[in-house]
Amino acid sequence: MKINAEELHYTALNAAVRQSGEDIEIFGCVGQRYLGAGLAERKIVVHGTPGNALGAYLNGAELIVCGNVQEATGDTMNGGVIEVHGSAGDATGYAMRGGKIFIEDDVGYRCGIHMKAYLSHRPAIVIGGRAGSFLGEYQAGGTIIVLGGHKDGKPIVGNFCGTGMHGGEILLRCDALDAALPAQVRAERIEGPGSEEAISLVKEWCTRFKRDEAPYLEATYYRLTPNAENPYRQMYTPN
Amino acid sequence: MQLYIRPEYEVIRNEARCIVCRVCERQCANEVHSFDPETGLMRADESKCVNCHRCVSLCPTHALKIVKTDDTYRENANWEAQTINEVYRQANTGGVLLSSMGNPKPYPVFWDKLLINASQVTNPPIDPLREPMETQLYLGKRTIKVERDEKGLIKDTLPPQLKLSVPVMFSAMSYGSISYNAHESLARAAEELGTYYNTGEGGLHSDFYKYGRHTIVQVASGRFGVHKEYLETAAAIEIKMGQGAKPGIGGHLPGGKISEDVSKTRMIPQGVDAISPAPHHDIYSIEDLKQLVDSLKEATEYKKPIIVKIAAVHNAAAIASGIARSGADIIAIDGFRGGTGAAPTRIRDNVGIPIEMALAQIDERLRAEGIRDNVSIVAGGSVRSSADVVKAIALGADACYIGTAALLALGCHLCRSCHTGKCNWGIATQRPDLVKRLNPDLGYKRLVNLVTAWKHEIEEMMGGMGINSLEALRGNRLMLRGIGLTDTELRLLGVRYAGESL
Repeated sequence: MKINAEELHYTALNAAVRQSGEDIEIFGCVGQRYLGAGLAERKIVVHGTPGNALGAYLNGAELIVCGNVQEATGDTMNGGVIEVHGSAGDATGYAMRGGKIFIEDDVGYRCGIHMKAYLSHRPAIVIGGRAGSFLGEYQAGGTIIVLGGHKDGKPIVGNFCGTGMHGGEILLRCDALDAALPAQVRAERIEGPGSEEAISLVKEWCTRFKRDEAPYLEATYYRLTPNAENPYRQMYTPN
Repeated sequence: MQLYIRPEYEVIRNEARCIVCRVCERQCANEVHSFDPETGLMRADESKCVNCHRCVSLCPTHALKIVKTDDTYRENANWEAQTINEVYRQANTGGVLLSSMGNPKPYPVFWDKLLINASQVTNPPIDPLREPMETQLYLGKRTIKVERDEKGLIKDTLPPQLKLSVPVMFSAMSYGSISYNAHESLARAAEELGTYYNTGEGGLHSDFYKYGRHTIVQVASGRFGVHKEYLETAAAIEIKMGQGAKPGIGGHLPGGKISEDVSKTRMIPQGVDAISPAPHHDIYSIEDLKQLVDSLKEATEYKKPIIVKIAAVHNAAAIASGIARSGADIIAIDGFRGGTGAAPTRIRDNVGIPIEMALAQIDERLRAEGIRDNVSIVAGGSVRSSADVVKAIALGADACYIGTAALLALGCHLCRSCHTGKCNWGIATQRPDLVKRLNPDLGYKRLVNLVTAWKHEIEEMMGGMGINSLEALRGNRLMLRGIGLTDTELRLLGVRYAGESL
């Protein structure tokens, strides 16, 4: 089913998506919010620029965006895939618990904040370019990979990477780590993305965006993890 | 160097009554009581006592009492013993002081300075036992245009509403902060009473999905346990922006309290801290809040009312005005005496304002701006009795949230030690041997008893005023008079002084 979204308010567009029950291709998307909120199972291809909270509470559907996305993409996502042929705004993957987000270019601030894993729910975000400040803030689980393919010469991550992190991992493809990390985060230099899960995520990003795998797999990465199981336990005195 | 701090309470055992049955020893998770085989007597280590009264309540011969120690530092009205001890504790450990339950400090309680009216001679009182008394109400947005279809029939454009048979709901308490059995008691009581309980931010246990029609689910900054089914199961969704006990502060459930079952419900690994910081990192403005409201409405197809809960703070009225324009259906305000499973002592005792003031000002502001019916208002944060409920409604609330009162009904003795996780009453704990002390079959009945009794009392008070529906009481401040209040307090509450006629 094809939908021309140019003249549609987001409520009308989302209602049309909900009611259709089949795979959908949306043309002329002009900032409509909450596209695919809570959707399961289906595939939606979007041409244009969706608005904030694309795929919020996503529950298994696949969203492919030919263009950039705005803020809070994949907010509280539970399952499914979001693939963005462009860049993403702030708070991408806020509190996501499952599913995967693939971004071809860069992400804004607070990407992967509150990301958490649970049993078979293993969320992942793979970013082709660079990430803004507060990447993986309060991260409690899951995997964030930043491939550093950006060409603007800026650092691969902004400031305060991993602040409040207490689970999961962040992988940065770079030869030297010039970001100052909080005391609760440990960095380890590794050759290649490390775990099989990380390797398969990098391969999947390459397949989705049609890149040669070699420069991404045979590269130096920095793996960031919390340096203790409960790094914030000692803060309190019972009164 | 660890400085010794004298325990606040002493355990007094009447040896003539004690039969050395050792119930106290078995019942105390803090391990205060022990049997001394040499003397054949019971001993008590009061340094571990939190004064929860479990042993006192269960001693079969009433041989025990807990008394405040008469040991004292040199008396000083400025440096009270508690203040001195807090300094010692922090010098001992370097930690932030952590407390539980509501603010215990002697701030004024305005409920107790408001008096309710009654009819005499003209407009006679109503006897609720003989005449109908409407305590049913709806929460939700009421400002809609009446639209008719081509046949002239009214179209149903009413936004979703919550139907309550009594103006009392159980406020947000998460599974994790309180036990499975406490949650089951609240859920079953809400169902029987025709009202709602609130999951708090810890997710909804799969066993309790069947009570979904009486469940309000919470979405907080950490988004624990939030997913499509969770949202769809609920009767309403509450966005937690703040909590009265700790405005501006988030939650931190220590890994030790994340049992297997809590882990399943929160959808986070066992033993890992559950951190939900104060801000929602996608909300920096009313416009941003509107986005979260709208995204929840989209995800649930506009079938659920959205509640936005805020702590009562200095600019609550202006904030509420923003919320009323954000598309939210209900505003919940939580006063600074509201309870908590754990909060930094300094925040609990010093941040926020009384619910009475916040409520009166919010109602007045929304009325002045002509947007009062955009939202319903739910007031909480130490509503202790049916009289408090009546006063809250007269100050402008549609309904009240009760938390501490509900826990008291379940056996809580307000020892304010929830953060230790060793609740002897089976409420604020995840230890299986303690949790089973709270029998949900009895617990839910006690909650039903409490709220049913309050409902009768509310009807009596309404009847006395000659009012036969909650609707006519809401915001009816002429039914209140102040006593022992300053002019400023009267102005802010919008009430006249006792004795002042119309």
